[in-house]
Amino acid sequence: MANLNTEFAGIKSPNPFWLASAPPTDKAYNVNRAFEAGWGGVVWKTLGEAGPPVVNVNGPRYGALLTPDRRLMGFNNIELITDRDLELNLREITEVKRNWADRAMVVSLMVPCEEKSWKAILPRVEDTGADAIELNFGCPHGMSERGMGAAVGQVPEYIQMVSAWCKQYSKLPVIVKLTPNITDIRNPARAAKAGGADAVSLINTINSIMGVDPYTLTMSPSTGGKGSHGGYCGPAVKPIALNMVAEIARDPQTAGLPISGIGGIGNWRDALDFIALGSGTVQVCTAAMVHGFKIVQEMTDGLSNYMDEMGFKSVSEIVGKAVPTVSDWRYLNLNHISKAVINQDSCIQCGRCHIACEDTSHQAITFQKDGKRHFEVMEDECVGCNLCVTVCPVPECITLRDLAPGEMDQRTGKTVASSHADWTTHANNPMRA
Amino acid sequence: MQTDPSTPGVQAGRLSSDQYAHNFCDAHPPLNLVQAKIEADRCYYCYDAPCQTACPTGIDIPSFIHRIADDNIRGAAHSILTSNPLGGMCARVCPTEVLCEQACVRNTNEDKPVEIGALQRYATDKYFKKPGAPLFTRATPTGRKVAVVGAGPAGLACAHGLARLGHTVVLMDANPKLGGLNEYGLATYKTTDGFAQKEIDWLLSIGGIEVRHNTRLGADVQLDALTREFDAVFLGLGLAGVNAVGIAEPQATGVRNAVEFIAELRQAPAYAQVPVGRKVVVIGGGMTAVDAAVQSRKLGAQSVTIVYRRGAAEMSASGYEQEWAQKNGVSIRHWAAPKALLAEGGHITGIQLGCTRLEGGKLVETGEQFTLEADVVLKAIGQSFEAQPVGAELELRQGRIVTDDQGRTSHAKVWAGGDCRVGGRDLTVEAVEHGKVAALSIHAALNA
Repeated sequence: MANLNTEFAGIKSPNPFWLASAPPTDKAYNVNRAFEAGWGGVVWKTLGEAGPPVVNVNGPRYGALLTPDRRLMGFNNIELITDRDLELNLREITEVKRNWADRAMVVSLMVPCEEKSWKAILPRVEDTGADAIELNFGCPHGMSERGMGAAVGQVPEYIQMVSAWCKQYSKLPVIVKLTPNITDIRNPARAAKAGGADAVSLINTINSIMGVDPYTLTMSPSTGGKGSHGGYCGPAVKPIALNMVAEIARDPQTAGLPISGIGGIGNWRDALDFIALGSGTVQVCTAAMVHGFKIVQEMTDGLSNYMDEMGFKSVSEIVGKAVPTVSDWRYLNLNHISKAVINQDSCIQCGRCHIACEDTSHQAITFQKDGKRHFEVMEDECVGCNLCVTVCPVPECITLRDLAPGEMDQRTGKTVASSHADWTTHANNPMRA
Repeated sequence: MQTDPSTPGVQAGRLSSDQYAHNFCDAHPPLNLVQAKIEADRCYYCYDAPCQTACPTGIDIPSFIHRIADDNIRGAAHSILTSNPLGGMCARVCPTEVLCEQACVRNTNEDKPVEIGALQRYATDKYFKKPGAPLFTRATPTGRKVAVVGAGPAGLACAHGLARLGHTVVLMDANPKLGGLNEYGLATYKTTDGFAQKEIDWLLSIGGIEVRHNTRLGADVQLDALTREFDAVFLGLGLAGVNAVGIAEPQATGVRNAVEFIAELRQAPAYAQVPVGRKVVVIGGGMTAVDAAVQSRKLGAQSVTIVYRRGAAEMSASGYEQEWAQKNGVSIRHWAAPKALLAEGGHITGIQLGCTRLEGGKLVETGEQFTLEADVVLKAIGQSFEAQPVGAELELRQGRIVTDDQGRTSHAKVWAGGDCRVGGRDLTVEAVEHGKVAALSIHAALNA
C-alpha cells in the first residue's frame, strides 16, 4: 500500500481525498460517517454569518443528466449554504475535529462582502480547531443574488480584498474556492494569490438548467412550476475543471500555488488526472452522493495500487507531473503525423467509424472490400483526427499510429520530418515570427 | 373424473387451472420499461446495419431501437410496421437467433446480441395499446379491385399494402377466422391474449378491405372466376396438406397430424378441455414438431418424445427451439426412423423405430430397432401445398407455385406468396415480405 499522506498548504491528511463543501458535510453525523469510511478530510458545508440561517426550497433541490440505464453523468443543485444555526455548526466542527485529529477539517465560509462580517466569523472558526478555511466564492445560485458566492468570485478585486481580510484576521490557511462561471480562470486565481491566499480550490458548480418537461413545458427541476438555474457538477464537468486547473498550474503568475481539484471525480483515475495537472488534493461530492461514503475506499485503493505499479512513493511526486505537457495550440508540432489503424481481428463490423468519417470528417475509412463489409483506413485521406477511435465501441480496436520520421505521409506525399515545426513559424501564419 | 399426468390414455384436465395458466403464459415475457431502456442502449446504431440486412422485411432496426431509447414509441412502431405490417407477430415468432440477432455485431465480443425481437415486441405492444391517430392512411381510392386469397401473414401483408395504395381488397380465407398460421398454427404461449386477432383488427382498420370468411379456393371460389372478376389476384394459400409418414397406419385412434392438435389447442375455449396422451411421441424435426411436443407437455403429458430420423444439426427447428423443447421436458431421439405404429383394441399403444446413421452421406438403417410406448402419436414431418385448387392455371415446381422475386406467377393477373410459393424458408416474416412486395408489384402492374 503506497503512502497516500498529503500535506496541502500546511494541512495534513492521510489521503488526498476530501469531501467538498456540500450536503454530505453539513453536520457531524455525516462527517463522522465519512471519516469512518476513510475520507482524508472534509470541507464543512459553507457557514453563513450569525443570525437566522438561510432557508431552502421545499421542492426538488437536485436534477440529473442520466444515461439510459440511469447512471449519473451530470448533477445539478439549488441547495444554499447550511440552513443550520451557526452555533450548532461550530460546536459540531469542534467536536468532530477533536475526535478525528488526523483528518483535514476545512471550514467553508460565505458572509457578506464586508470586512466586519469576515472579522466577526474568522475567530469563531479558528476556535473550533479547524485546519483551514475555504472561501466560497463559487456558489452560483441563490447566494449570488445576495452579492455572495459567485458574485464575489466573478470580481477579482473582491477576491483579493476578502482574501487579504482573511489573512489579516486569521492564522488559518486560506483556500479560495473559484467559480467556473467566468471567462478566464487565471484572473480570479491571480487575485487570490495577490490577496495572500494559501491555495485555490476549483471548480465550483456551473450555471445550468437540466431540461424541460416535454408535457408541461416547464424547466426542470422546478418548484411549483418555476425553477432557477442550479450548479452543475458530476462526471460531465470534469474536462472543464481539468482545463481550469491546468490553466492555473501553468500560469507563471500562479505556478506553485496549491490547488485542490474539484469537478466530477468519481474514481482514482479522475483523481490522478487532477493531481497530475497540478492538484495537491482533490475534493469529491457527487460520487459520494451517488454511491455513499464507501466509494473513497475504491479511490484510495486504486490510487495506491497505481502508485505502487509506477513506483511513486508519495502523492506529491505526481502533483503537476503532466503540467509541462499542456501547451498552447500554436506550439503543437505540425510535423507530427498520426494515422488511424483498425485492427481487423478485433473489428466487430459495426461501421460506426466509417459513417462518422464519411459523413462528418475526411472520407478516409472504407465500407466494403470485394463486395464485403470491410472497414479500413485509407491513409491517403486520413488526417489522424481521432474521431474513429472515439466512436469505435471496442477498446483498442482503432488506434493512432505515429509516423516515424522519414516515412511518407500518403495524404500529402511528403516525408515526415524529425524536426519540430509549429504555427508560430508556419508560412500561412500572417503573424509568424 | 379427476385426472393427472399419470392417468393412462388420452385425457383432458390433467392439471389444475393454476398449472395451465402457468404453463401457457407468455413463453418470453415482454420487456418492462427498465429492461427496454437498458437493452436499447446496447444498440450501436451500426451503419448499414447487419441486422437490418438479415431481416427478410428489412426493418430499420437501429432506427426503431433508437426511437425506443428516445421515448418515441410511435416513431419506433412506424419504423417497424412500415417495413413489416405484422411486426408485432414477427416480434413473437421470428427465429431471431438465425435472423437479425444472429447478425448483431454484439455477438463478436459478447455472444449476446441486442434483444431485437424483444425490443420490437416492446415497441409494437406499447404502440398497439394506445395507437392514437392512424400510422398509415389509404391513398386516394384507385377504383381497382384485388382479390387476396388466404389471410395468413402473406395475404394480410399484401391486403394491407394494397389498401394503403388505394386499391380495394377482398380478403378471403377458408377458415372462420383470419390469420392463417398466426391464428391456427402457432404455439399458444407464443401469442397470448388473442394478439393475432388484435393485430388483424389493426391491419384492417386502414379500411378498403372487405373480408370473406369460410371461403375456400377450389370450393367456394374458383381462380379463373377471380381473375375475371378482379384486376389482380394474390394467392397466399399456405400449405394445407400434411406429409405422410410413409408407414402403414392402423385403424386406431391416437394418431393425428400435429398441425390439427396445435390448431385445436389454439381454438379451445379452455386448456382443460384439450385431451392429451400420457405418453406422446411426435414424429418430425421442425418447429411444428417442437410446438406440438412442448404443448403436449404443458397440457400435462407425462412423457413426450420427438423422434427424428436424422441428427440435431439436420433438424429444421433451430438449436434454440430444440433447447426450448428440452427445457420443457421433451426428449429428442435423433437417428430414429418410424417403422410401424402399434395398436391394441383400436387405440395406439406405441411406435416401433429403426436406428439410422449416415453412411457415405446416405441415411441408412443400422438394423437395430426399438419401441416407444405411446398413447398418442403426432405426425409433424412437414406440410405440402395442395395444388388442386389452382388447377392447371399456374406453373408449379417442387409442388409449389413458381413466382419471380416480385411474386408474379405464370398467370399475368396472379401473384403468390408465403409458404405456397416455391423457394423460401417457410418463415412468417418471409411470407410478410412476399405479401408486401407483391402489393407493390400489383400496384405497379395496375398503374402500367
